[in-house]
Amino acid sequence: MIDFEISPEIENTRQMIHMVAEQAMRPISREYDEREHEKPWDFLNMMWNASRSQSAVTFGGGREKKAGPSIRHMTSAVTIEELSWGDAGLYLSIPNPGLGGAAVAAAGTPEQRERFLERFKDGEPKWAAMAITEPGCGSDSAAITSTAVRDGDYWVLNGTKIFVTSGLMAAEKSDGFVVVWATVDRSAGRAGIKAFVVERGTPGMTVTGVEHKLGIRASDTAAIVFEDCRVPLDNLLGSPEVKQGTEGFKGVMATFDATRPAVAASAIGIGRAALEFVREALDKGGVKIRYGISPRKLTAMERDFMDMEANLQAARLLTWRASWMMDEGMRNSLEASMAKAKAGLAVTQVTQKAVELLGPLGYSRKYLLEKWMRDAKINDIFEGTQQINMMIIARRILGYSSKELS
Amino acid sequence: MVSFQPSEEQQLIRDTVAAFAQEQIRPRAHPADESGQIPSDVIQQGWELGLVQSAIPEAHGGAGDTHSALTGALVAEELAWGDLSIALHLLAPRLVAYPVMEMGTPQQKERILAAYAGEKFCAGSAAVVEPRFDFDLAELSATAKRSNGSYVLNGSKCFVPLGAEAAHVLVYARTDGREGYESVGGFLLDKGTPGLKIVEREKNMGLKALETNEIVLENCRVPAENRLGGDKGCDFAKLMDYSRVGLAAMAVGVARAAYEYAREYAKERRAFGVAIAQKQVIAFMLAEMALEIDATRLLTWEAAWKLDKGEDATREAYLAKNYAANMVLKVTDNAVQVLGGHGYIREHPVELWLRNGRGFATFEGLVML
Repeated sequence: MIDFEISPEIENTRQMIHMVAEQAMRPISREYDEREHEKPWDFLNMMWNASRSQSAVTFGGGREKKAGPSIRHMTSAVTIEELSWGDAGLYLSIPNPGLGGAAVAAAGTPEQRERFLERFKDGEPKWAAMAITEPGCGSDSAAITSTAVRDGDYWVLNGTKIFVTSGLMAAEKSDGFVVVWATVDRSAGRAGIKAFVVERGTPGMTVTGVEHKLGIRASDTAAIVFEDCRVPLDNLLGSPEVKQGTEGFKGVMATFDATRPAVAASAIGIGRAALEFVREALDKGGVKIRYGISPRKLTAMERDFMDMEANLQAARLLTWRASWMMDEGMRNSLEASMAKAKAGLAVTQVTQKAVELLGPLGYSRKYLLEKWMRDAKINDIFEGTQQINMMIIARRILGYSSKELS
Repeated sequence: MVSFQPSEEQQLIRDTVAAFAQEQIRPRAHPADESGQIPSDVIQQGWELGLVQSAIPEAHGGAGDTHSALTGALVAEELAWGDLSIALHLLAPRLVAYPVMEMGTPQQKERILAAYAGEKFCAGSAAVVEPRFDFDLAELSATAKRSNGSYVLNGSKCFVPLGAEAAHVLVYARTDGREGYESVGGFLLDKGTPGLKIVEREKNMGLKALETNEIVLENCRVPAENRLGGDKGCDFAKLMDYSRVGLAAMAVGVARAAYEYAREYAKERRAFGVAIAQKQVIAFMLAEMALEIDATRLLTWEAAWKLDKGEDATREAYLAKNYAANMVLKVTDNAVQVLGGHGYIREHPVELWLRNGRGFATFEGLVML
């Protein structure tokens, strides 16, 4: 049955997370935007402790499978929206398995999942990160130049990675790990790309800097250099075999199927915050949004507002669909890319229009709206830019390979 | 619990209607557009699918199935994918039958519903739109004034589907004493009621196969018991919500038809040594079309789902309909563009879809779910 009602279980979680967003995130939102790279330890510790007792507050893998139909991805979509409504930068800096954990969950063996994800159950706050992007390749992740060479019982990693979300926390400041994508055989192309788990503090792994960014400033984005960095053989996720076709690369792609709806959900949370702010300002100013009148009689303000609202809701429903498909065990690459492409663009446009509509209130740093516009933009870029996602959609609907359409 | 899976029954209905649209409607779309005539055989065949009769209660000769806007949206999309004119013709009887079924008095149900539950297609219609650029559902110009146990109707209406043929036309007009949607009453006029003037068949940019009429009401006297819902009237806002969701679903159907045609053309047509679909500029247009069609369908389903729950869905239906009207124009225009010069030629159906697609910004009340 087609149904748009969030189940009571998820709704309870949503309400709890909303309280966190409202009471613990919003009040410190501006401060940690201004104090880039500072860590809000009270908040981070609180979230870490909460996630130990409340399984619902964890993201990106590491959860035991429950009997019956899964609601994990729908729960994620809903909770990530709430957290990002609170503050997207703070949401991204919450200690959890994150993208590194998602990669382990998607590409690792059961033994590896156990070995690497167990640590998120207790102890001090921990982070895991994923390192794909290099100075010379971003969206074209098949062009990875970082290498892994076998030497006895070890893989030896060399290369430079950038734009690693929570990379500093995962590589140096907590008992976490970084999942590094590197090639074991350049001549094999995509099939030669494998993922390696590098434990925090492994000699040869050095964080060389953190980026200064337009938005999501509370989240650290690290550059990491690997110089003869040795990791045990069984830290390679999945099979070390280089099969022709795109076997090795499948791990990257499977990760994206899960993380793209999560990025879309985060985008929607920011967009909702902006839309609510505009609605309140218009309400105070006595501007009513008149649903049901002739569309030809709408004011420009009403028309803009309704466009924002409809686009945001369309993005939300596409995101829920992609998440629901994951929970149902359906292949969702197309739908995940649709959700991500729509949400990234919609929220970029919604927040930019919101700043315009509110004029000086929108542009002033006295309010959070301008920050949301800066935060929103990242969703149009990371986990596959708008254009990359449109490319994936195009290939899927046309039945083209990456050779046939590039 | 959130789900995007139609029920088994809905899927069966959807598949049946989709097959009918592909096998029976689509081949007739182009000739019907050229000639301005829809062959009666396809209407009778469509009638036999039971798309109108099924929700009419058994007491009035129907099948008594659950009346669902969501099922209606699935059906409307598939029919409109086949052809918008034929789809609107097939569903026109609902314009009278469904408001009576939902909001009519027992006597109105008794008198009217049986006609729409029989073996043969029976035309019914509604008069909603008025020929003014500032036409507004909340401020109709047509008036209904109470006088000696009757209402006297005056005003002009346009886009009245099958107006000349319809056994009953449900005319919406402003009554005294209230404002906005609440001022609107529905009046059930039998064919040939004195003062109900069927002016002429309209000539429109699109919907050329569908007979629509302009009508004029000149001191048209209707017994008070023919006011939809009796003295307490009807919930016009809700009826228009149903209609908006239906139109949004139909816009999705038209857009999908155009998108699929353009996609297949782009894979066949070669330029500079490759299929034009292999060029990013074309591929991205197609990707955006696919994405926006899905987005609109979900907005439409959500509004329909809310109506089925019995909740107020004006905001959702209104946003979905307006979003759909923009989307279908852009998608059908892009489809013409993908075909280039060939898109402009009437041998290909995309120009027909563009003409039909343009209408959604204007259409109101042309379909009832």
